Amino acid sequence: MKILIKNGRVVDPSQKMDKVCDIYIKDGKVVLIGKNIQRNADEVFDATGLVVIPGLIDVHTHLREPGYEAKETIATGTMAAAAGGVTTVACMPNTLPVCDNSIVVSGIKERAARSGYAHVEVVGAITKGLAGKELAEMADMAEKGAMAFSDDGHYVKSSRLFNLAAKYVTAFGKPLICHAIDPELDSDGYMHEGEVSAKNGLPGVPALAEDIAVARDVLIAEYTGAHVHIAHCASKRALDIIRQAKKRGVNVSCEVTVHHLTLTDAACADYNTSAKINPPLRSQEHVDACRVAVLDGTASAIVTDHSPHCPEEKDVEFRNAPNGFPGLETSLAVILTDLYHTKIFDLKTIIQKMSCEPAKLFGIPGGTLKVGSVADVAIIDLDKEWTINQDNFYSKCHMSPYNGKTCRGKAVATILAGNFVMKEGKVIHHA
Amino acid sequence: MEQNVSLLGRDILDIESLTQDEIELIMSTAQEMKKIMKSGMKKVDYLKGKSIITLFYEASTRTRTSFESAGKYLGADVVNINTASSSVTKGECLRDTVLVLENMDCDAVVIRTPLEGASAYAAKIGKPIVINAGDGAHAHPSQALLDLFTLYEVGKNDLKGKKMVIVGDILYSRVARSNIAMWKKFGADIHVCGPMTLLPHDIAALGVTVDKKVEDALHDADVVDVLRIQLERQKSGLFPTPREYSRQYGVNDERLKLCKQDVTVLHPGPMNRGLEISYGVGYCENAAIRTQVNNGVAVRMALLYLTLKGR
Repeated sequence: MKILIKNGRVVDPSQKMDKVCDIYIKDGKVVLIGKNIQRNADEVFDATGLVVIPGLIDVHTHLREPGYEAKETIATGTMAAAAGGVTTVACMPNTLPVCDNSIVVSGIKERAARSGYAHVEVVGAITKGLAGKELAEMADMAEKGAMAFSDDGHYVKSSRLFNLAAKYVTAFGKPLICHAIDPELDSDGYMHEGEVSAKNGLPGVPALAEDIAVARDVLIAEYTGAHVHIAHCASKRALDIIRQAKKRGVNVSCEVTVHHLTLTDAACADYNTSAKINPPLRSQEHVDACRVAVLDGTASAIVTDHSPHCPEEKDVEFRNAPNGFPGLETSLAVILTDLYHTKIFDLKTIIQKMSCEPAKLFGIPGGTLKVGSVADVAIIDLDKEWTINQDNFYSKCHMSPYNGKTCRGKAVATILAGNFVMKEGKVIHHA
Repeated sequence: MEQNVSLLGRDILDIESLTQDEIELIMSTAQEMKKIMKSGMKKVDYLKGKSIITLFYEASTRTRTSFESAGKYLGADVVNINTASSSVTKGECLRDTVLVLENMDCDAVVIRTPLEGASAYAAKIGKPIVINAGDGAHAHPSQALLDLFTLYEVGKNDLKGKKMVIVGDILYSRVARSNIAMWKKFGADIHVCGPMTLLPHDIAALGVTVDKKVEDALHDADVVDVLRIQLERQKSGLFPTPREYSRQYGVNDERLKLCKQDVTVLHPGPMNRGLEISYGVGYCENAAIRTQVNNGVAVRMALLYLTLKGR
């Protein structure tokens, strides 16, 4: 397959590029970038007025397969990715069986290669069965290509065990991704503790739950030298702790989510279970802190924490609903609408944090359009106006706190390893 | 009062969504209902042909019985669902339970649930009118209405600037939230007092004054609402012992003297005598606790009548 993308505005922070030119793709690779490329192509894509960027990379998702295929599969989850301009997703290990051994790592990769619409990087478990008792076979999983390790959804409560895990991974240099929320404080509530919870009566969890847990994990990173990556950081003080640690050279990084950048706990005021997530949506003060963290470099990645669930699980009373909602097909549009068009983030920052930097941070392919690299490309229309309709999601989960939101900006085509997987919002199914 | 105020077809979910005119309509209707109760022939046919179902996921004596009595006095058919012996024990979710009741052509469902927001959720699901009889720590509108009615009866018709005090567990109390919402509407000066572990961290959002000492709270109070202390709260470590609670926050005969002479003492019940309220205070002449129960029936008659039949 040979593709020639004509006259797009190519924005690729990995090579400090922002210019209108053509890109020629052949055999899955970027072959040429420049003005007026004259080459034979199977398909010429006119990108006049559009922006061409490295495909988005989302290092925090839940694809649910194996085990929870009623919520999502590798196929449907990666279709959602393709629809949103995302070409690489990393999936968390809370599957059934838990991804805590190399067979499951290989199995997920194999299925993704066969039925996926995006590259799938696998995050293995830190502890066997995510139980927080014994280390999982991380070296073995690393050899089979696991990108990082995480007990996402659970804090590794034992400081001794987490310290051991951190020491252990320094032998093969893989990061630990931490769901840093103190479980005891967390178990007291169902949403962010603040003015909204004081009014609507739902027991709240203070942001302190995150701050305390992040502080410990950062200290263990400092002590062991391991790369500790704090997942879905959503608290002002936790971000301060990370910022200070980075300044003194600790090997720590963090990500923030699209929803913690754009929604507050007001979304939970009327007990809307679509807005139930952990860490919970917090007050504006914390939202502002997440934005600052992106701008000053404290946060390296913007992620979705794409967490699909079944309707019968989410369509219940707030306390009874599980945490999470799908985000892959709305992430770019929401960021463009709420942060780019409002001039809070510039385009370069967005692409940096949603593609280039996460690739570098985790040492995975993608995040660049440099000649010779894999041709993972998203083509976006910055001004396309559209309304999010959860009923049209490719994800199996049709529940989003952004449902009904009017957006400005959207991915209009996605190229995965040199082949179109999405055009005009429609996923192109495998032959 | 405006003549076009009506609650016909409305769900009663919280105090915030009621206007002052609507609240006054409920008060005046409850007054009429109380006359029926006292008439010696407490059976009318205002709600004849209407069916009301009470769906209680929590234990209750007065709320459930008073809704049932209210419905029966007005001539409605009332069915009580005991969730402990219903399909709820087979795992039926609230959505399906409400749809089952709707398909029996029930006109109103009175719901008590430990889950905040569940009554509003039920209201969105089905056609029957939903009356929230308490949802977790969120709201208990009929309690706030009967408390207001009780205050009206003792002549406290104008709450503006009145010192209203709530003592106890504010954090987990739907009665506190609904009364605060009610009294704020009428411009009262609201004070709360209780162990700091039982106050919401962001209580400032509720627009009340926090008094750390119960003596300060009770000083010159016009109304004292003593909340029930759930013993589970002590077991989960929120305060050290019932003994210390009683000594620090209990409303007793000595402390009652700090209030205005005509203070009204309210308690939503059931009381833990000797814990949050002393034996003496519970039965003193300032205590309106038994009147509250009586008025609970009248106010609930008014709610059922106004939502199912109009004015």
